[in-house]
Amino acid sequence: MDFNDTPEEAKFRKEAYEWLKANAELKDGPKDGWRASSEEEGLKEVKVWQKKLHESGWACLHWPKMYGGRESTPIERVIWGQEVSKFKVPGGYLEIGQGMAGPVMMMYATEEQKERYLPPLATGEEIWCQLFSEPAAGSDVAGIKTKAELDGDTWTINGQKVWTSGAHFSDYGILVTRSDPSAPKHKGLTFFFVDMKSPGIEVKPIKQISGGANFNEVYFTDVKIPDSQRLGAVGDGWKVSLTTLMNERLAVGDASGPDFEEAFSLARGQDLNGKLAIENDAVREKLADWYCQQSGLKYAKYRNISALSRGETPGPQSSITKIVSGNKLQEIANFGLDILDSAGILRTDEEGAEQSMYQYGFYGAAGIRIAGGTDEILKNIISEQVLGMPQDMRADKGLPFNEIPTGNK
Amino acid sequence: MNFEFSADQMQLKDIARKFLEKEESVKRARNILEGDASYDEDLWSQVIEMGFTATAIPEEYGGLGLGYLELCVIAEELGRSLAPTPFSSSVYLATEAILNFGDDSVKQAMLPAFASGEKIGAFAHSESNTSPTEANINCTYSDGTLSGTKIAVVDGDVANTFIVTAKSGSSVGLYLVDGASEGIEITPQSTLDPSRSHASITFNNTAAIELKSDWSDVLNLLDRAAVLFSFEQLGGAEACMDMAKEYAMGRYAFGRSIASFQAIKHKLADMFIAVELARSNCYYGAWALSTDAPELPTAAATCRVSASQAFHECSKENIQTHGGMGFTWEFDCHLYYRRCRQLAANIGSQAIWKDKLIGSLERANQI
Repeated sequence: MDFNDTPEEAKFRKEAYEWLKANAELKDGPKDGWRASSEEEGLKEVKVWQKKLHESGWACLHWPKMYGGRESTPIERVIWGQEVSKFKVPGGYLEIGQGMAGPVMMMYATEEQKERYLPPLATGEEIWCQLFSEPAAGSDVAGIKTKAELDGDTWTINGQKVWTSGAHFSDYGILVTRSDPSAPKHKGLTFFFVDMKSPGIEVKPIKQISGGANFNEVYFTDVKIPDSQRLGAVGDGWKVSLTTLMNERLAVGDASGPDFEEAFSLARGQDLNGKLAIENDAVREKLADWYCQQSGLKYAKYRNISALSRGETPGPQSSITKIVSGNKLQEIANFGLDILDSAGILRTDEEGAEQSMYQYGFYGAAGIRIAGGTDEILKNIISEQVLGMPQDMRADKGLPFNEIPTGNK
Repeated sequence: MNFEFSADQMQLKDIARKFLEKEESVKRARNILEGDASYDEDLWSQVIEMGFTATAIPEEYGGLGLGYLELCVIAEELGRSLAPTPFSSSVYLATEAILNFGDDSVKQAMLPAFASGEKIGAFAHSESNTSPTEANINCTYSDGTLSGTKIAVVDGDVANTFIVTAKSGSSVGLYLVDGASEGIEITPQSTLDPSRSHASITFNNTAAIELKSDWSDVLNLLDRAAVLFSFEQLGGAEACMDMAKEYAMGRYAFGRSIASFQAIKHKLADMFIAVELARSNCYYGAWALSTDAPELPTAAATCRVSASQAFHECSKENIQTHGGMGFTWEFDCHLYYRRCRQLAANIGSQAIWKDKLIGSLERANQI
């Protein structure tokens, strides 16, 4: 039992580190990192950085070389991730395209389409979004209603998507629609990719509880999509969607925000009832719980990496990461604000203020526990796919989709 | 990255598991619980024959010279099967105390007998219903003899050798007492987990050998043992999760398997999460113990807290999943519920280990 690389892994790590050292700035500490002044600036900087990565062969590591990748092994991706986390480099914007749209295109698009669309994903020239959730289809994502009707070799799309991250700056989107409302829920779906500049697409930002707007409602009014942009067979949309949903659950990992270290450091500097908070037993007990959770996740990850290193596929066990880290973040944010007593309610936007970190965590944790699979859905996945327990009874099983009862929420 | 047990270690674990299953270790735990014997002598002699007691003792002292990783996988299986033997007292505590703090003549004299099981050790530490500290230990050593009373000594009525904490002047350290010495009064104590025996022991000018140790060594001994106890707790937690799932799958209510209800599925998912976190932290502890890492105090407290939490979660929710049957004497749920409490109490409470964890992080941060 050790934490050492194999000789091949060490060689790859050195190569990655040296390239990064020559092309990026090292972080001052673990919480130091790249920040963009605005969304537009951020997008610009990400594109410049991605182009550089691509030119040097560090883009989309596990993709085939012909589409701009490196054909790296899973363990090499992990090592790259570890090395890149030491540097201040632009990030975000590209994950959905490279992590979800890319794999589904690779599996279902024609060779010609792959050659057209995959390389610009690898170079960062084109941005993609994922058009799945709808107002009445969240955890029950197969319950979508957006209609797709075929006339000749053109489909007409009408309906509404929601929670679409980055729709407002995306060039393309992957889209799941209902092509046959008389078939049972999972049977009547069809999957496409769509040009986000198509006439009839309207993107409206959604104001979140934090006041920011990272995602959108997307309305489709008589949007035309050529049948050639269908991915998978007509009616096979659910099967195609699962490819991306599995990738999404792996992509949404650790909740970002204040963690044990921040809470520990706060408690060691903050007065509580006449002495340092760290001297309070209730505080110590909470800190210990968070440390154990953080440490458990860290070493669970190391166990996964060891499996990858041996050439095995880690199981869906990794779905515990988001549940544990999301809930931990919510508790730590609450602690950070609580310890400021009455002043914890006061808003501050001051850059770098300790308070603002906990306030972002306060908002962010509520979102992370929902995004990319709620805690409850993830627990279903653990119990069904890891522990092998049966699915819950479904009231809509086998019913034609258009006869399934709907509520008013 | 190679953060896992080796193929050989996993094979040893498998051997231990199959052996304990074949010997119906859980059933034996019930027999001890219901009967008059303090431990299962037959199972204990087989455990010795398997070489488990000799695992981490160096070859020069009559052991197998394997390492702590091997001992960890054995501990997990003993915990899973509730093995009613004095293994933890004798191996994780007494053997470790002698191995780490005895001088060579003590090691030569004692360790071969611990490896062969001829000696059974117990750790006599607690004196009252508060956690032992350097300030509140009242047992006293002077001029080669030891006096005072210890309570809740696990395997106290079984052991023939005692490792005792006592003060000499203002310093508290570890002392070795031969069970055959004059002036030892042993009184069995009844507990919440009668599948493991406990006793109070009064020493009255009893001959004792001083082990070269002070309070920091007592803490070090507890840290080392904590890692091994954590593996027992982990094994117990996983056994409860498996039992709960097994029962839920076969139990029907409202016309379907109760394992299809989300209330039950989410309960099992919570157990799984607790077990996964505990397992990962236990591996961290195993690494620290086996490499003598300076992080041992942090790692030991982390795995101790995490494994105690997992066993607590799984043993209580296992009963809940079984419904009324879980509350019966007949089902095994209560055996694990009891053992969970016994292991949690054995080397100090959750509150103490959480406090130790934060304390060790404070110290690490100051360096």
